[in-house]
Amino acid sequence: MLLFALRRLLLAIPLLIGITFVSFIVIHLAPGEPIPGAEEDISRQLPKEVVEKIRELYGLDKPLYVQYWNWLSRVARLDFGKSFQPDGRPVLTKISERLPVTLFLNVVELIIIVALAVPIGVLSATRQYSMFDKVTTLFVFVGFATPDFWLALLLMILFGVQLGWLPISGLRSLNWEYLSFWKQQWDFLSHLVLPIAVATFGGLAGLSRYMRQSMLETVRQDYVQTARAKGLSEQAVIAKHALRNALLPVVTVLGLSLPGLIGGSVIIESIFAIPGMGQLMVQGVFARDYPLIMGNLVIVATLTLFANLFADIVYGLVDPRIRLGGRRRRR
Amino acid sequence: MAIATARGEVRVFWRTFSRNQLAVSGGAVVAILVLIALLAPALAPWNPNRPDTKKVLAPPSRSHWFGTDQLGRDVLSRVLYGARVSLAVGFVSVGIATLIGILLGAAAGYNGGAADAIIMRLVDLMLVFPRFFLLLAVLAFLQPSIWTIMAVIGLTGWMGVARLVRAEFLSLREREFVIWSESIGASAFRVVFRHILPNAIAPVLVAMTLGIPAAILTESGLSFLGLGVQPPYATWGNILNDGKDSIEIAWWMTLYPGLAILITVLSYNLLGEGIRDALDPRLRQSRVGRVIRLGR
Amino acid sequence: MRGRARLLLVMVAGATALFAGCGRDTSSLVEETASGQVTPAYGDTFVEATIGDISGLIPNLTSDGASHEVGNMIYDGLVKADKDLNYVSAMAESWQFSADCLELTWRLRRDVKWHDGRPFTADDVMFTYQVMINPKTPTAYKEDFLAVKHAEVLDPYTFRVTYAKPLAKAIQSWSMWILPKHLLERYVADGKLKESPENSRPVGTGAYRFQEWKSGEKVVLVSNNDYYEGRPYLGRIVYRVIPNQGTIFLELKAKGVDLASLTAIQYARQTEYPAFRKAYRKHRYPSSAYTYFGFNLKDPRFADRRVRQAFAHAINKQELIEGVLMGLAREATGPIRPGTWAYTDKVARYDYNPEKAKALLAQVGWKDNGDGILRDKDGKPFSFTIRTNQGNEERKKVAEIIQQRLGAIGVQTEIQVIEWASFIKEFIKKKRFEAIVLGWGVGTDPDQYGVWHSSQQGPDQLNTVGYANLEVDRLLEDGRASCHQQERVKYYHRFQEVLAEDQPLVFLYFRDALPVVSSRVYGIHPAPSGIFYNFDHWYVPKQLQRYTSG
Repeated sequence: MLLFALRRLLLAIPLLIGITFVSFIVIHLAPGEPIPGAEEDISRQLPKEVVEKIRELYGLDKPLYVQYWNWLSRVARLDFGKSFQPDGRPVLTKISERLPVTLFLNVVELIIIVALAVPIGVLSATRQYSMFDKVTTLFVFVGFATPDFWLALLLMILFGVQLGWLPISGLRSLNWEYLSFWKQQWDFLSHLVLPIAVATFGGLAGLSRYMRQSMLETVRQDYVQTARAKGLSEQAVIAKHALRNALLPVVTVLGLSLPGLIGGSVIIESIFAIPGMGQLMVQGVFARDYPLIMGNLVIVATLTLFANLFADIVYGLVDPRIRLGGRRRRR
Repeated sequence: MAIATARGEVRVFWRTFSRNQLAVSGGAVVAILVLIALLAPALAPWNPNRPDTKKVLAPPSRSHWFGTDQLGRDVLSRVLYGARVSLAVGFVSVGIATLIGILLGAAAGYNGGAADAIIMRLVDLMLVFPRFFLLLAVLAFLQPSIWTIMAVIGLTGWMGVARLVRAEFLSLREREFVIWSESIGASAFRVVFRHILPNAIAPVLVAMTLGIPAAILTESGLSFLGLGVQPPYATWGNILNDGKDSIEIAWWMTLYPGLAILITVLSYNLLGEGIRDALDPRLRQSRVGRVIRLGR
Repeated sequence: MRGRARLLLVMVAGATALFAGCGRDTSSLVEETASGQVTPAYGDTFVEATIGDISGLIPNLTSDGASHEVGNMIYDGLVKADKDLNYVSAMAESWQFSADCLELTWRLRRDVKWHDGRPFTADDVMFTYQVMINPKTPTAYKEDFLAVKHAEVLDPYTFRVTYAKPLAKAIQSWSMWILPKHLLERYVADGKLKESPENSRPVGTGAYRFQEWKSGEKVVLVSNNDYYEGRPYLGRIVYRVIPNQGTIFLELKAKGVDLASLTAIQYARQTEYPAFRKAYRKHRYPSSAYTYFGFNLKDPRFADRRVRQAFAHAINKQELIEGVLMGLAREATGPIRPGTWAYTDKVARYDYNPEKAKALLAQVGWKDNGDGILRDKDGKPFSFTIRTNQGNEERKKVAEIIQQRLGAIGVQTEIQVIEWASFIKEFIKKKRFEAIVLGWGVGTDPDQYGVWHSSQQGPDQLNTVGYANLEVDRLLEDGRASCHQQERVKYYHRFQEVLAEDQPLVFLYFRDALPVVSSRVYGIHPAPSGIFYNFDHWYVPKQLQRYTSG
C-alpha cells in the first residue's frame, strides 16, 4: 500500500508539470491580450507606448517557452506572481481572499446534499417502484433538469423582491458592522439561503440516484439474501449489512468531488453577487490574466491529483478485495 | 444460437423497461420532442428571426401564444426552432463525445500498458481543466457558431464515456470468449467489434442518453453567459438570456423556454435511467431471491 | 403549463399586494414635508452599485468607469465641469490664458487641505504634471500633458504652464485628478505608483475620504468635513460590487441600492408601477455616448461613399430609437453631442428611404437580378459580416434590426457577437472586420482628433475605420489649436458637414442616460451635464434618513 502511494505521488509531479504546460499553451492560444483600458469604450485605450511597456513588463514579447520557463521556475519557489489585471495584486492574495467563501458555500452544500441524498437513495432503493420512489425520482430529476440560473432568478424575485423575506445578493448587509454578533451570523446565513437552495436543488439528483443504484446492487448480493434467510429483521439487514457496503462507492464519488469544492459556479456567483472563485476565474479569463489563471489551475490540479490518490487509498483500505490482491485473474 | 439469445435479451429488456412508467413516459415525450423539432418549419406560425419593433414584449395573445420578445419576434416560433438547435446540439455533441470516448476507451482498455497510461493521464488532464475556461478559450479561438459549440461541448465531454468503455474492456477482456477468439487467431479488430463492443454498448447507450440533457443544459448555460449561438438564431438558452432582464414584465420569455429545457432534460433522464435499470443484469430479480421470497 | 403560469401569476399578484402596502408608509411622510420646506441635513448613507470592481484608487492610472467614479469623489482637479458643461473653478481660484493661447497661469485656492491635513500647494500640481508625463507612468491620459512645453511654480499658490502650440483642451485637461506629492514622490521614478500605499489607502482633496475597499465586494467613502466647498451633506457613500445588471435592478426594487442606471426597457416598462414611482425619482438627459454602424474603409466594397450613404438610407433610425430604446434617445447626425456649443444639425440628413438606397447602390454597380439579392457585375452577392461585442444587449439588437433592413434591400449579412478581449485584439486592432456596431463616448470638448485624423490609424490607435480626409485633418488640427470658442465653432461646424457627406460610419443615435435615485434624496436638479454635477449638495432630510449612525 505504501509503495502504491509513493509511486503515485512520484508520478503526480511530472503529470502536474505536463498539465501546467498544456494549460499554458492553450491559454496563450486564445486570442486577446491582458491589456487594460478596453471595456466598452475604445476611447479609453492606453497610448501605444504604454501598451508596449506593459507587454514588456509582463514578458509577453518573449517566446512562449521562455515565458513558461520563467513562470515555472517562480512557481517552484511558490511565487505565483502578480495579477495582470490593473490592480496588480499578488495572485495568491487574490485567491486566498476568494477561496474561503467558495469553500464554505461548497462544503455546506455538500453536507446538505449528502444528508438528504443518502436517505432518499436508500429509501428509494428499498421501496423500488413504490409511490415514494416514483415521486422522489421525479422531484430529484426535476431538480437536475432545472437550469440553475432560471431557478435563481425566479427565487430571487419571489423571496427577495416580492416577499422581501430574504436578501437578494451579496454576503452581508450594509450595516453588518453595526449588528450584534448573533445578528451578524443570522444575517450572513440569510444571505446564503438562496444560493445554497439553488445549488442543492440541482445537485441532489446525482448523488441520490447513485446511492439508490448502489443500494439496489448491494441488496441483490448473496450475502444480503443470506442475512435475510438467517431471519434477521429487514431493518437490521439494511442498516447493518447492506448500507455499509452500499455507501462505499458513494464515498468514492464524494472523494472525487473534493477538488470541485474550490471551484465556484460562475453563474450562481454572478447572479447572487458572491465574491467567490468562480467570478475570479471568469474575470481572469476575460481579462487574459495569465498568472491568475495559471495559479488557479495549479492549485486545482494539485488538489485533484491528491484527492484522486486519497480516494484510491481509502477505497483500497476499506475494500479488502483490492487490498489483498492486485491481480485477480480467474483462470 | 447468438440470434436467439439476442432476441431473448431484447425481450427481457423490454419487459423490465415497460414496467417503469416514468421511463416510458420519458421516452414518449422525447419522441414527441424530436417530431416537433423536425416539423418546426411547418408548425411555427411566424418567422422566428424577423424583428417587428412595433410589438416589443407583447404578452401572450391569440396571435402570439407565447408572446413576443424584446425585438417583437414570436416566442412560440422561436421556441420551436430553438428545439431544433437544442436537440441538434445535444445529439451531435454527445455523438462526438461518445465517438471519441469509445475510441480512446477501447484503445486504453484493450491494449493496456503504455497506451492505457497515456490515455488515462489525458483523461486526468481534461478533468482537471475548468470546463468553462476551456470552452471560452476554444470559442474565442474558433469563430463562434453552432458547429463550434457542438464541437467544443463534444471535445470536453468524452471523459466519462472513455472511462466506462475502458472499464468494460478491461473486464471483458478476461472473459472466456475473448480468449478463445484470440487463441484461434482472430484479429484484434474483429475481437473488438464482434465480441467486446456489443457487450460494452449498454452502459455507453445509457451514458449517451444521459449526456444529451447535460449537453443541452451546458448549451443553455453558455447562451445565458452570452457565448452561445450567434444572433438572430434562437436557442432555448438564448431566449432565456434575452428575457432575464425583463422577467417581471415579460414572464413568458422566461417561463416557456425554461419549461422546455426542463421537460426535455427530465424526459431524457427518465428514459436513460429506465434503460439503465432494464439493461443492467445485476439489477434484475435474481432467481434465487425469488425462490426465497416465495418461500417465506 | 397554463395552470402553472396561472399559479405563478397568483403568487406574484399576492406578493405584489404585500409589497405595495409597504411602500405607502414612506410616501405619506414625504407628502407631509413636501407641503412645507425641506431642510438640508447632514448624514445618511448613499448606496450605489457598480458592475465591475474598481481596479485601483489612483484614478489617473486606471481606465475603467468604476475607478473613475470613485476617484472623482476622492480627488479633485483644478477645474470641473458645471451643469452646462462649462469649466469652472474647483481647486483653482482663477486662471488666465494669454491672448495667444500659449501661456496659462493658475491661481490656486489657499484653503484646500489633503485628507491627512497637509495643505495643498502648487508643488502638488507640478508633481502631478511630472507624473503624467513620466514615461514609466502607465496612464491613458498623457497626451494633453505632453503638449506642455514648460511648467513652473511661481509661488505656493501660483502655477504656470506654457504650451508649444495653442491647445484648445488645455483648461479641460487640468480637471485631471491632482495627486499628493508628499505621499507619492518616492514611487514615481521607478514607475511603482501602483504599489504605493496610496493605491490602497488614498489621500486626496475631494469631497469624500476613503474608508475601506473590500475587493470584489464594496468601497466605502465618508464625507470630508473640511472640504473647501463646504462639508457634503451625504455622510457616507457605499459602492457595492454587483456584477450582474439584472441583479442590480432587483436590488434597486428591493431598496438595496439608492442609485442605478436603467436600460431603456426598464425605464419605460418595468418601473411604471405606483410603489416604484413613490420610492424613486427617474431622471433622463442626453448622454455623451453614440452608437454607430461602421465599416472598414479599406474594404473596396465600402470605399465609395455612395455605398455608405445607401446604408444610411436603408436603416430606419427612428425604428431603432423606438424599438430598441423605447424612444429614449435622439438621432445622431454626427459625432458631436446635441446641445453642446459645437453642435449643428444643418448637415446632410439621411431619411429612411430604401428605394433611394437601392438606387445609390445601383449607381455603384450593385444590381438586383430579380431574386431580391444585390450582386456586382461578376454576380457575387453583396454579403458581409456585422460584428459587435458580447455583453451589450443594445448593440446586439441594433445589429439584428440592421440585418433585417439591409436584407430588405438585398444585402445579406451575418452577425457575430465576439467576446471583448478577442474582439479588440483580433478584429479591431488587426482591422480584420467588415462592418461593426459599436459606440463612442465623446468628451466635453468637441476635439476628436484621435478618432478621425488620418495619422491615427495605427493598431493601438483610435481611428479604427481607417478614415482619411485631408480637409477633415486640417479642420481637426485647426480646431484643437485655438482657444477662442467663436473661431473653433466654425471649424467644428464644417467638420460635421464633411462627415455627414462622407458617412464614414452611419451615425445612429445618442442614447439618454437614465439614472434613478431614491426619492428620499433631495437637491437633484437635472441640467445639460446630467445630475451628478452637484452631488455634494444632495441631502436626505432628517426624518427620511435610512442608515443612521453612518
